[in-house]
Amino acid sequence: MKDFGYTVIKQRTIDYDQFDGRLLNEVLQMEPSFKVCLSCGGCTATCSANDLVSFNVRRMNLLLRRGETVELESEIKKCMLCGKCMLVCPRGINIRNVIMLIKKSILKYNPVKS
Amino acid sequence: MEPTTFIWPFTIGLLFISCFLVIIVGIWISSLSRIDKSRIWHNIFTRKSLESLREIFMESLLHRKIFRKNAVLGYMHMSLAFGWFLLIVVGHIDACNHFQSLSVPAYKAIFFRFYISEAATTLSGKILAASMDLLLVFVLSGVMLAYFKRLNSRLFGMKKTTQLKIGDRIALSSLWLIFPLRFLAESVSAGIHHNGSIISQPTGNMLATLLPIHLFEMPLWWAYSGSLALFFMAMPVSRYMHIPVEVVLIFLRNYGIRVKKRISGFSRIQVYSCSRCGICLDSCQMNHAAIKDTQSVYVLKHIRNRNITDEKLFNCLLCGRCQPDCPVGLELNDLRITQRIESTKEYNSSYEYLKNGKVAVSPQTEVIYFAGCMTHLTPAILKSMKEIFALAKVKYWFMDEDKTACCGRPLMQVGQYEAAKKLIEHNRERILASGAKKLVVSCPICYKVFNEDYALPGIKVQHHSEYLLELMAENRLPIHKLPMRVVYHDPCELGRGSGIYHQPRLLLDEYTELVPMKNEKEASYCCGGSLANIKIQMNERNQIRDNVLDEYLGYQPDILATACPLCKKTFAKSNKLPVHDIAEVIYMAIQQKNISIAGEIKDEKVPKVEFWR
Repeated sequence: MKDFGYTVIKQRTIDYDQFDGRLLNEVLQMEPSFKVCLSCGGCTATCSANDLVSFNVRRMNLLLRRGETVELESEIKKCMLCGKCMLVCPRGINIRNVIMLIKKSILKYNPVKS
Repeated sequence: MEPTTFIWPFTIGLLFISCFLVIIVGIWISSLSRIDKSRIWHNIFTRKSLESLREIFMESLLHRKIFRKNAVLGYMHMSLAFGWFLLIVVGHIDACNHFQSLSVPAYKAIFFRFYISEAATTLSGKILAASMDLLLVFVLSGVMLAYFKRLNSRLFGMKKTTQLKIGDRIALSSLWLIFPLRFLAESVSAGIHHNGSIISQPTGNMLATLLPIHLFEMPLWWAYSGSLALFFMAMPVSRYMHIPVEVVLIFLRNYGIRVKKRISGFSRIQVYSCSRCGICLDSCQMNHAAIKDTQSVYVLKHIRNRNITDEKLFNCLLCGRCQPDCPVGLELNDLRITQRIESTKEYNSSYEYLKNGKVAVSPQTEVIYFAGCMTHLTPAILKSMKEIFALAKVKYWFMDEDKTACCGRPLMQVGQYEAAKKLIEHNRERILASGAKKLVVSCPICYKVFNEDYALPGIKVQHHSEYLLELMAENRLPIHKLPMRVVYHDPCELGRGSGIYHQPRLLLDEYTELVPMKNEKEASYCCGGSLANIKIQMNERNQIRDNVLDEYLGYQPDILATACPLCKKTFAKSNKLPVHDIAEVIYMAIQQKNISIAGEIKDEKVPKVEFWR
């Protein structure tokens, strides 16, 4: 790595050379409506799970796009699938399908290491 | 005449299908749970077996349910099923009568006319022969209608008919050939040997004058035997498996066996019992959104062939409109849910965070109010309920006012039963800890799961429409009739899902002018917002919703009333018609009454109360 004269904390680095886009591609291919998310945060504001524990659909989107699968996996488990987010979404994104697709795809590409 | 080689295709075919059926039904029954097996043993020698026989006669042979749907369609199915059944039975009696023996081999009865060299001489023989001819014509009329149905299904009250696959096509073609070939073979034999009866004899004589029929006799009998064999051979890979399997289904169903939450022999029996008649297609609202390949009939076909995809399995509103229409009485929703459980079983969540105790401690109370997630998005319902509770002086605990887990039903609808159990357990503990006697729920989705899956001993679960009716009956609510026409939309989970049709109607009848509709109660529509469908896109949901609203607008209502926050939210988005929950309507009426009383005193013009949006 080229030295630009400032320090890089290893844990906070996302190495895009190691980026595994299969999960992201599959989710976007199966549920294209997720592409139009404008990160308004309406979903998070209304979320029933977010009342009880920190759960953020926008963050989930970010994790998915960065390929941070391990964190995504522990995050996605929190969703109770109640569907409130879909009713408030100004873009009509099928968020419940996104959740289910991520759950399924994680299993497919990164089998859970217990 | 002595047995000839042409009987062999038929005999081999019959042996093949008999062995196949014994083996496959044996496998299915042996895979049933021990409780289900004991159900069979306990009921097999009871009246339930006789009732099953009656049901088989009424449904599998006479097709009463299809008759109710459409008379021509019913006649087509009845002539083929009942006609063929009688042909077999009367044919055997005829053969037994002729050979004066009770053990006539099947081929001698099926090819009876080939084995007799002269027309019947006794009276009984003549009657039997004539009835055989008439029965064959009866079946042929059904075959003709079946040909015709493929050309024009609208005549049969069906807008759509199912797409067939190769096994079905072979079986269908051979089925269509069996009876015309039998008729021709018998007529030609009658023309040569003069052994026919009232219809086959004249036909045979006519054919004899036109054609050198002795050349055709053997080929026709061969073709008849061959078409039967082909039908038997194609049966295991075709929809005609429903003929024998439906009989097994009716027995098992009457013994009390139902589809469970896992794939079992019984769910396989149900899947094989689907005759793919396609009657479920027309009632499916997915058609309004131009989704035409996810209906129950196609999903059952894919489940049977073990090639179901998530895209099809989850693209269904689970509204249950198709279920009352199914002439076989299949548990279409449960079969789909069972398959969804199977498809998603590997990624159920455990919701560990629920144990951290972020939720409020349950206070001691008589009445719990659980609004439901969706109701929190419709504050008008919440406010109405709160006001009504205050008015009726009910002390209650608003359980999900803040920080409460979902009821679990949305997870169950997509097959995540294991995950839902965690939520159910969590909520159940909170409810039981309060010592309440009554649980009032505003959302039908929650209502169904509280009612069926929560196991709440001593607690009466009520949808708010039931509860409000109870308050009204106890004279705890003022009554005031609003001068407005109202149509009531049955929410799927409350109506077909929980059988609550009357309570909301009684309430609305008291407080407004309720207009009856054509498609209500069991035949009511889904609003299109169902949580059970995770694949449908928003624009498709809107198409379904608009289609329903257009029909409702035809009744020229002032408002559309419903009893579900999700239905309200879905309909309200279109802005075609003001939509209000029952609780809102009642609170509105009470408010109006108070204002009109105040108005009378002051002798001023009564101000019009607007609904809040």
